[in-house]
Amino acid sequence: MIIGLDMGGTHTDVALLENGEIYKKTKYPRQEDFLESILIPLDQIMEGEDPLAIERVLLSTTLSTNAIVEGKLGKVGMVLEPGPGLNLDYLNSIFPVCFISGYIDHRGREKFSLDMDEVRSAGRHMKEKGAQYLGIVGKFSTRNPLHEKKIYETIGPSFSYSTLGHTLSGNLNYPRRIYTSYLNSGVWEIYKQFLKAIKYSLGERKIKAPLYILKADGGTLAGDAALLRPVETVLSGPAASIMGAMALEDIEEDGIILDIGGTTTDIAFLADGVPLFEPRGIEVSGFKTLIRGLYSRPCGVGGDSLVELKDGQLKIGPERLGPAAAFGGSSPTPTDAMVIKGIYKEGSRSKAIEGLKPLADKKGVSVEEMADMIYEKTADIIVENINRYLGEVNSRPVYTIHELLHGKKLAPQKVILVGAPAPAFAEPVSKKLGIPCILPEGFEAANALGAALSRVTTELTVVADTQERTLVVGEEGIREKIPSNFSKKDAEKVLFSYLRERCIKMGGDPSSPMEIIEEEEFNVVRGFYTSGKIIRLKGQIKPGIRGDYGA
Amino acid sequence: MVLKAKNRLGLVFFPAFDWAISSTHPEREERLLYTRDQVEEEGLFDIDGIIEYNPKMASYKDVQRVHLCVPDEKSRMTESHLISAGGAITAAEAVIKGEVDKAFALVRPPGHHAMRVVHGARGFCNINIEAVMINYIRKHYGIKKIAIVDTDCHHGDGTQDIYWNDPDTLFISLHQDGRTLYPGSGYTDEIGGPNAVGYTLNIPLPPGTSDEGFLYALDNLILPVIEEFQPELIINSAGQDNHYTDPITNMNFSASGYATLNDRLDPHIAVLEGGYSIEGALPYVNTGIILAMAGLDYSNVKEPDFEPGRFRETARVMEHIKDVCEEVYRTWKNRSKYRQKMIKDAKYLKERRSIYYDTDGISESREEIIKICDCSGYSILTSTSDRGYTIRSVIIPWNSCPKCHKEGLEAFEKIREEKGFPSGIICLQDGINDIFIRETP
Ligand SMILES: [Zn+2]
Ligand SMILES: [Zn+2]
Repeated sequence: MIIGLDMGGTHTDVALLENGEIYKKTKYPRQEDFLESILIPLDQIMEGEDPLAIERVLLSTTLSTNAIVEGKLGKVGMVLEPGPGLNLDYLNSIFPVCFISGYIDHRGREKFSLDMDEVRSAGRHMKEKGAQYLGIVGKFSTRNPLHEKKIYETIGPSFSYSTLGHTLSGNLNYPRRIYTSYLNSGVWEIYKQFLKAIKYSLGERKIKAPLYILKADGGTLAGDAALLRPVETVLSGPAASIMGAMALEDIEEDGIILDIGGTTTDIAFLADGVPLFEPRGIEVSGFKTLIRGLYSRPCGVGGDSLVELKDGQLKIGPERLGPAAAFGGSSPTPTDAMVIKGIYKEGSRSKAIEGLKPLADKKGVSVEEMADMIYEKTADIIVENINRYLGEVNSRPVYTIHELLHGKKLAPQKVILVGAPAPAFAEPVSKKLGIPCILPEGFEAANALGAALSRVTTELTVVADTQERTLVVGEEGIREKIPSNFSKKDAEKVLFSYLRERCIKMGGDPSSPMEIIEEEEFNVVRGFYTSGKIIRLKGQIKPGIRGDYGA
Repeated sequence: MVLKAKNRLGLVFFPAFDWAISSTHPEREERLLYTRDQVEEEGLFDIDGIIEYNPKMASYKDVQRVHLCVPDEKSRMTESHLISAGGAITAAEAVIKGEVDKAFALVRPPGHHAMRVVHGARGFCNINIEAVMINYIRKHYGIKKIAIVDTDCHHGDGTQDIYWNDPDTLFISLHQDGRTLYPGSGYTDEIGGPNAVGYTLNIPLPPGTSDEGFLYALDNLILPVIEEFQPELIINSAGQDNHYTDPITNMNFSASGYATLNDRLDPHIAVLEGGYSIEGALPYVNTGIILAMAGLDYSNVKEPDFEPGRFRETARVMEHIKDVCEEVYRTWKNRSKYRQKMIKDAKYLKERRSIYYDTDGISESREEIIKICDCSGYSILTSTSDRGYTIRSVIIPWNSCPKCHKEGLEAFEKIREEKGFPSGIICLQDGINDIFIRETP
């Protein structure tokens, strides 16, 4: 059996899986104490179950996200090697910074060496500022990690934890690398304490199964491996629902996933059945990061959104004043409208009518007419948002003539709805969009299911430069010599072998499917002769649903 | 936590990573690779207020507003040229619609050597992307007075040719002296055709000119002239081959110099032209221009090997630059007097020239009869290439007066009736009615 647990903003959903199917599920309101929010529903669901029958525990937690949003990060000092370029003085207002000299250029060539006295003095300075953790980030360090490593060797050991920028991602983007490193060092202590506590608690309950943590890209990593990059555990909630929706409903075409909650609806897209990613990385509490994550955009309407009349106009959300009237609340909501219209078969119709009546009277229409108006408006808002974000992803910048003229344009064929209030929304959204909306069985616990079924994923970037005769595996901090005849085939071999190793380190199954997700190959021409090649590959363990459902 | 641009800047960044003139040509896939790496690493696309646009594709109709393609559009260009011109249009539209304050079209291939008639490619250019953009926005948004400042190291002879008779387009080219560099033109005595004397200004600079010389010409000549011309739009043809590392030129301009020039010129739209030091210059120059246009601090943008003062001009070179600027400024000031001297009492003037297409090895000879008027007039242009094509066209510019327009149309009818015109293509480019007619024998 597998335990999948998704801790959201208001509730924790837990599912117990047997043979890949939900066998038991529970929902529990969020508690003040973080650990309790996990352990109480866990104990509920484990009642009468054999703890030794549990094979895996998968958690999607808001721990790191909350720490960032609430500013409860550890004291991190940032040692930065920016070289020439953008003025980064504004960073001083966010965290303590020491700028040091030295420069690596876009091909990974050392243009200026480090001044080791300056490095040591940066370390002392950070101590004086009270920093316990370090972020060490150089421009173009993904093309040559040498300076970051040297800085770490010199001053890193006297701090509790250091993040080296190149280990987080192979992507370019210095400001994002800085922020991601800062957050990674900032959440490390909190995550470490959490991991210790949760492992202890599971031990107490005789659950000996390995623990995995969900990431924003819809994959997982082993609880211990997450200590290497705890920042990867942020914003996993939307990914849990997306992976769950995909597990519940087979889809091979372009599609939309709507995760309908109490106050918001999260919108995600699938291209030929594969979820869309954020192109540069996800944003957490205003920090643009390099963390790989699934594309998901919130829209301020959910099942319990408050419906009001403002200047004679219907206004839906973003406030929520408790559950729908049909379910014992006191204020009108979109859910009540759907109950009155008979679309949503649960809840009390008479209470829903009671809830909508004041609005209907104020507007001078019947309750049924009011329900129609809310139905239309709710669908309009959601569809408007879908179309806006669809426009956004369909106009993503491209850099080749081929992509510009023949590139894929998303044309969704169906919508999958998940989340507890989903039944109320399927019909109106389908009508407005003109494509089928599917409400798969098990929609209420899609998030917990998604968490339970996700597999370990990781990505890796290889840059081979045969003119410079160097090969860099950014995230692994490897930079080595290659012969001038090194080919793309060779690069692929290197990529897949390091990727498999990394997957094992992250607690994954070495036989997981791997794929190349980005590739570029350029001839380097100097003085009218081709003098080398630049080959860049990015590979990943394909995010997806685990094949081995377990017994 | 996010840097905010002072000016909202539209960026049409289209490196065309799958297009080259040939695999080892300077215009090849690799050209903007390191620039992409640099702007990506600097995180410029994340800056609040910098908005990235995909280029749209220009149509043949957009090209016909500018060019006479021989024998036709289809044979003279590929999709890449239409995308590059379309990228410039996208940039301009973003500004005119008010979506952004300024825009930079970082596109390739370039266009400023493409002239009115297109028999082939010249100086890596097939169609003039700025001109296609300008004629497009004039047609669609009614913008009249435009200043183009061409800061490419090569003389912008194509743009000069297209707006030669247009007094509503001020064309200023700043370039390495034509005696020492392709295309061998752009002298101070090239000052515009009979209807626009003084609205073409050329500033040939001696080899070795560095930041000081460029900025001198900007502050003492270009900015005052623009101030007097009062354009509605300023466009910078932002070639980057004046850089001290450029392999095909001999100037000493730096990234910081380019950024400063852009900052002071303050163009609404910049369009990339040449620039072939793809590693040593383009990544830094483009970063500098983007920051300057966005109104952000560019003082820390420099080439890793840059040393201030290393390339300073000698006093003699600076004296020469000052003399050139003074001479050009006199031309501008005395433009009506010069015009009188040129046209005297003539009603028509004839211009003859030979044009060489270096990229395709084509020779063209051309004759143009221009109607003298206070508007742009109209003209009858006859062009023959050594590939056996002859074209005769009536060109009625977008700002012709009703009289010139009528006369131009009559002239076209007359050419049509002249059955004897030898094996030629005849064309009408009517900028008033936005009509293009081509008839082949
Ligand atoms: Zn040039
Ligand atoms: Zn006239």
